[in-house]
Amino acid sequence: MRWTLIKTIRAALTLLLVVSFVFFVLRLSGDPTYMLLPDDIDEATRDFYRSKWGLDAPLFEQYRSYLVALLHGDFGISFRNNLDAFDLVWDRVPKTALLMGTSLLIALAMGIPLGIIAALYRDSWLDRGVMTVSVFGFSMPNFFLGILLILVFSLNLRVLPSSGSDTWWHLIMPAATLGISYAAQFARYTRSSMIDVLSKPYMRTARSKGAAPARRVNLHALPNAAIPVVTILGFKVGEMLGGAVVVETVFAWPGIGRLLTSAVATRDLAVVQCIMILLAITMIAANTLTDLLYGWLDPRVRVGAKAGAR
Amino acid sequence: MSVMERITPRRLPLPRWLTRAPLAVTLAAGFMVLMLFVMVFARVIQPYAFDYIDLMNRMAPPVPLEGSTWLHPTGTDTLGRDLFSRLLVGTQTSMLLALLGTCLGAVLGVTLGFVAAHKGRLWDEAIMALVDFQAAMPWFIIALAVLAFLGNSMVIFIAIMALYGWETYARITRGLVLSAREQGYALAVRGLGARPRWVYLRHILPNISGPLLVQLTVNFPATILFETSLSFLGLGIRPPMTSLGQMLGEGRDYLINAWWLAVVPGMTIFFITLSMSILGDWLRSKLDPSLED
Repeated sequence: MRWTLIKTIRAALTLLLVVSFVFFVLRLSGDPTYMLLPDDIDEATRDFYRSKWGLDAPLFEQYRSYLVALLHGDFGISFRNNLDAFDLVWDRVPKTALLMGTSLLIALAMGIPLGIIAALYRDSWLDRGVMTVSVFGFSMPNFFLGILLILVFSLNLRVLPSSGSDTWWHLIMPAATLGISYAAQFARYTRSSMIDVLSKPYMRTARSKGAAPARRVNLHALPNAAIPVVTILGFKVGEMLGGAVVVETVFAWPGIGRLLTSAVATRDLAVVQCIMILLAITMIAANTLTDLLYGWLDPRVRVGAKAGAR
Repeated sequence: MSVMERITPRRLPLPRWLTRAPLAVTLAAGFMVLMLFVMVFARVIQPYAFDYIDLMNRMAPPVPLEGSTWLHPTGTDTLGRDLFSRLLVGTQTSMLLALLGTCLGAVLGVTLGFVAAHKGRLWDEAIMALVDFQAAMPWFIIALAVLAFLGNSMVIFIAIMALYGWETYARITRGLVLSAREQGYALAVRGLGARPRWVYLRHILPNISGPLLVQLTVNFPATILFETSLSFLGLGIRPPMTSLGQMLGEGRDYLINAWWLAVVPGMTIFFITLSMSILGDWLRSKLDPSLED
């Protein structure tokens, strides 16, 4: 219980740090009125907009009101179209969630079985084949893979749409692009974790008890091999968010990532801020959940934390 | 045929570690040597200046294809700039940035790792909290926003790349130093009256360099992907400069009529990351046989 509390406090602290970091970096980048208003506008109009957007207050005062507003769920107004920044971003969440969810499913459904097979038939041609494909898979930059898929399936074979999100067909290529490199990584992690577990004394014990091979793999090896894979899964979510930005741009998938690249191009401060904070929350939540899940799967972690070890 | 000749197989005069490496590793090492050569000599071997515009020969395909010209055997882009020259300079930029980013990150991480292990207590807590903080941030997205708002500055870009991945070095170094410090050799040197800095730099650092080197080979491809992704999105390296990612981002708009503009730089990035991954795997299995898998 105490362990859970510590983890939660740490997560909240990290979030506060990210929020402050975002605020100061974006505020220090210069006066937004110069980016958004025409250059030849008179100083009085500029001042009007400064006070309207609260930019005339001292920096610390701005920071304080920014934090208070965030606590009330107020992410500000988009400079571009005067809509609530949060609403703009929230509208895009389902699309990104769909893309990420499908990619993760592809990654797990391909990577984990392949990793298990490679570990069970270690050093066979099967193992070497899986590992070779996996090195190719995770060395491939996702933006380039996306472009190759568009070249082959949209421009040459003309079987899949290259951009948009109107039908399920539109989901195939972006999800495959994002999923494949993670499938390759999960295959590697699963394989090394399985190999590690298979050499443990308790596996020998299980065999000497006469447990059937399928039972040994399913009940003795897999749950133990799952622990490191689950940990990595949580940390990969953050990386995947970055990948989603790129993949959404390549395939014109109308999710958060594409909104971010366009908001960044038009310097829409409130929208960029809102996206970064939401993504940070997602990532920190994923990491904390992983930590908690890890402690639940492997009681040794909790005990270690109580004993004061890091 | 003498007996001796039958026993000793004829060897090429290559170092033993090289002849024993698998073919894939040799190829990967060869490719990386080539890339390093390009990194140093790109401006010397380029047939044209990378930004020289030849409007008469725009969008020329590479030679075996229809409509190609021998003036530009590897083709040209939409402004008639020589693709081969651009590829050389783009590779130079990407390699330099990745190398610089990786090394700066390594130095920063290793130093902080040493400090955390040596000072202990509050320093240790603070540095490790910083490590956790860095690991919990969506760094790619933060980099994107920072570059967009703080503008097109090389210094900021390199700083962002250096801050990408330092935390892994810090974590690894701290753990290694803590365990190395209690080993016989370190205790002995300390017992002889050596100052801490001497013990750390001359005795412990060489002993823990293996895992750090492996981390370097893991970090390098990640850094190159980081740079090329940002440049691909139009941040990071921007025209008139070029990098592999920037070329790919430009070429993406001409997939229908000039696919090679995107495919050639894309393949180059892919081969660099692939080669480094292969080398890293091999190095890991050589340096740490217990991790053989």
